[in-house]
Amino acid sequence: MSDLRVNFAGIRAPNPFWLASAPPTNSGYQVNKAFEAGWGGAVWKTIGAPVLNISNRYGGLSVAGQRLVAINNVELISDRPLEVNLREIAEVKRLWPDRALIVSAMVEADPRAWRDIILMIEDTGADGIELNYGCPQGMSERGMGAAVGQIPESCEMNTAWVTSVARIPVIVKLTPNVTHITVPARAALRGGAQALSLINTINSIMSVDLDTLMITPSIGGRGTHGGYAGPAVKPIALNMLTELCQDEVVRASRVPISGMGGITTWRDAAEFLLLGASSLQVCTAAMHYGYRIVEDLIDGLSNWMDDHGFATLDDVIGRSLPQVSTFGDLDLSYRAVARIDPERCIRCNLCYAACNDTAHQCIDLYSPEGLRVQPGFDVRANGRAVADTRPTPQVREDDCVGCALCANVCPVDGCIEMVPVPSGRQSVTWNELTAAQPEVGSDWDAMQRYRAENRIDIH
Amino acid sequence: MDELQPAERFQESLPPLTAHEAALEANRCLYCYDAPCLQACPTHIDIPTFIRKIATGNLRGSARTILEANFLGGTCARVCPVQELCEGACVLGRDHTPIQIGRLQRYAVDYVQQRGIRMFQPGPPTGLKVAVVGSGPAGLSCSAELARLGYEVTLYERRELGGGLSTYGIIVLREPIEVALREVEALRDLGVQVVTGHELSERAHLEELLAAFDAVFLAVGLGAVPALGIPGEEYVTDGLAFIEASKLDLAHLEVGRRVLVIGAGNTAVDAATIARRMGAEVTVVYRRTEAEMTAYAHEYHFALHEGIQYRFLTQPVALLHRQGQVVGLECVRMELGEADASGRPRPQPLPGSNFVLPADQVIKAIGQEKPRLAQALGLALEGGYIAVDDAFETSIPRVFAGGDCIRARGVASTVMAVQDGKLAAQGIHARLAAARQETLL
Repeated sequence: MSDLRVNFAGIRAPNPFWLASAPPTNSGYQVNKAFEAGWGGAVWKTIGAPVLNISNRYGGLSVAGQRLVAINNVELISDRPLEVNLREIAEVKRLWPDRALIVSAMVEADPRAWRDIILMIEDTGADGIELNYGCPQGMSERGMGAAVGQIPESCEMNTAWVTSVARIPVIVKLTPNVTHITVPARAALRGGAQALSLINTINSIMSVDLDTLMITPSIGGRGTHGGYAGPAVKPIALNMLTELCQDEVVRASRVPISGMGGITTWRDAAEFLLLGASSLQVCTAAMHYGYRIVEDLIDGLSNWMDDHGFATLDDVIGRSLPQVSTFGDLDLSYRAVARIDPERCIRCNLCYAACNDTAHQCIDLYSPEGLRVQPGFDVRANGRAVADTRPTPQVREDDCVGCALCANVCPVDGCIEMVPVPSGRQSVTWNELTAAQPEVGSDWDAMQRYRAENRIDIH
Repeated sequence: MDELQPAERFQESLPPLTAHEAALEANRCLYCYDAPCLQACPTHIDIPTFIRKIATGNLRGSARTILEANFLGGTCARVCPVQELCEGACVLGRDHTPIQIGRLQRYAVDYVQQRGIRMFQPGPPTGLKVAVVGSGPAGLSCSAELARLGYEVTLYERRELGGGLSTYGIIVLREPIEVALREVEALRDLGVQVVTGHELSERAHLEELLAAFDAVFLAVGLGAVPALGIPGEEYVTDGLAFIEASKLDLAHLEVGRRVLVIGAGNTAVDAATIARRMGAEVTVVYRRTEAEMTAYAHEYHFALHEGIQYRFLTQPVALLHRQGQVVGLECVRMELGEADASGRPRPQPLPGSNFVLPADQVIKAIGQEKPRLAQALGLALEGGYIAVDDAFETSIPRVFAGGDCIRARGVASTVMAVQDGKLAAQGIHARLAAARQETLL
């Protein structure tokens, strides 16, 4: 049985699954219940400046009948009185000494305001502080949240005010609503942050109601942008996590990163760990299904680690990072072609449509008699027997550029595989090629000559 | 079932899909390229397209996609043997469950029909007139297609209500009468004049129609259930008449306590189901075995599930009655012999094996007679059915025919009749356009 214990910048937890600062961590009742369900930690919903929340607060995205592929919110930080939150935080920590309890905070850009709240948080016995520089709505208009995260100087300065006071670890939570995530990350490190977390929510307009023509959620007939989260944002979060983990300054600082953004299952969790996250935060999935999902998160991750012989999280964290590269360092001579398994193929022929319409026209259709046929059918034919005369798609491998669109549209697992085939060319990257022959990168005639010499045929 | 009220026992056997069910099911469709379901449908409804439109919430568009290819989309959604057609060809059926195409089709068509949304307009007038005889599926389909092509269509129906087989011949468990009548109404909306209580029975009538119209389309279906040729025949209930009575006035349907149904086709299943749901003990009597039955496998299983008994290798030889009341059916045991013309083993009686099945009602459902009208009209025949060419024209110029009355080959079914009607309309259109071209020249 693998060991899921975490030591994150000195914050210890029995497992890496922490509830993110959000509605699921709004009260002592909730965090108690979550810890009973098995969550390894929780980041208490952001406390700080006085706010008033509104209704309604959430917009949901459904895709092909799947509810809540993403959620967006116009909810603000905690609207419960500061002292109530602080008292409950202290009570929960006393009850659950083994769990990570971190408090998210956000106050106006004033060193005294930060100092006051830090001291109050430390008095609760909490294990750490997370600085919310991410909320993209409501607070940013008041100079807090994303307004801090988006300005490196503000990010550094606010962080420095906190770290000069705090005796417990300080995590800076980054907003994804920036051009380069490494810029605010480096600023946070200059300000003395002991850890980073990402991503906060992404600016979004969820939808327009086609009956009422209102933006959703409609708040008394008006709407505003909200923070986007949930399964749909995972690829963005993974990319930003990877960018941080590859950044030389972040790497040199050796600060741990708490990953979040669309983690719904243990599979998502494993991906975040493999790309360098040392702890994981979950919100939307818990909002969708309740705290009980943590059981499978822990169980699934643990079983997967056992299957792969990973004893501890340290065996997993960052393990896939060495494979992350840049386009210039990819092997231009690598060649893969699509191959369709006729046994698995159910003849939906979506691959044919995709390849023919929007890729490289290298899938042909063959009749059961083995003849190449054109799409279409005999209008005189009817009855279930037509299924037996369905043409089968087959890749013309010589012409396949290996784009993999067909493999992605195929609805059958393992039916279309991208098979590496020898290209007959020496391995070379774009960076190597243009270092040796700079003209290839700047002159089309040179490029054509290079292709001809290397028998690279582009049809 | 016993605790259900009679009205509940005769509700459509499959409930309509809820919006949520329809959305989930529609989203399960792969949207295949040149989809096999589309090919398998005799009317070639663009099934992936109509399902996609359900998935996107475009129900009006979905219904239009269906009804453009098949004006009787509402009926076909209910009565088509989908297992043998679209759903049987669904690629997901290979290692999974096929899409419930029939129920999705019903969902989309019901949406527009229940709201009275008008789907089609009559075409720009051609100045040509066509008479359609028979308002069953072939007649309705042909009329609709012609009206959309701009023809002035008059539809003649010998009975009181339009709809033919859909109205009179399909049990309410499969299609309530309102669904069939809505399709007749949709035809009236297209400007088709529907004349009921008007029968075509002799050549002179046909000549009158030919004088008044530019073309005539015959969609007269088939005749009654043939005679059994046994003593006591006069006390046998006709299966089609029995179903018809159940559709028109279920409350006054005469059903015995112990009912025997002779024949093992789909109509026999229907008649047996009605009697069973009315509380009778029902046994189907068939002279061959399970393997030779003409009912679809799913229909047979449905019947077994209903609690209908089957007696195979049993041939009726006499109906027993006492004072005008049926008391039983004398039968003889059969065995299978050499293959006959249909390729099925010929059943032969076992001498001396006579026995009596007690019954107080005997219903026959042993197929339908070939169209008698064909001979009266002097039409050339093919195997007893009306002979037509590729454009559905009969041996009499400007007289076309389609539906069960021409079904010399293949299986008679609503959807085939709909397709005949559609193709015949196109055939009529092509012939009349060619004729007009010649006149102009």
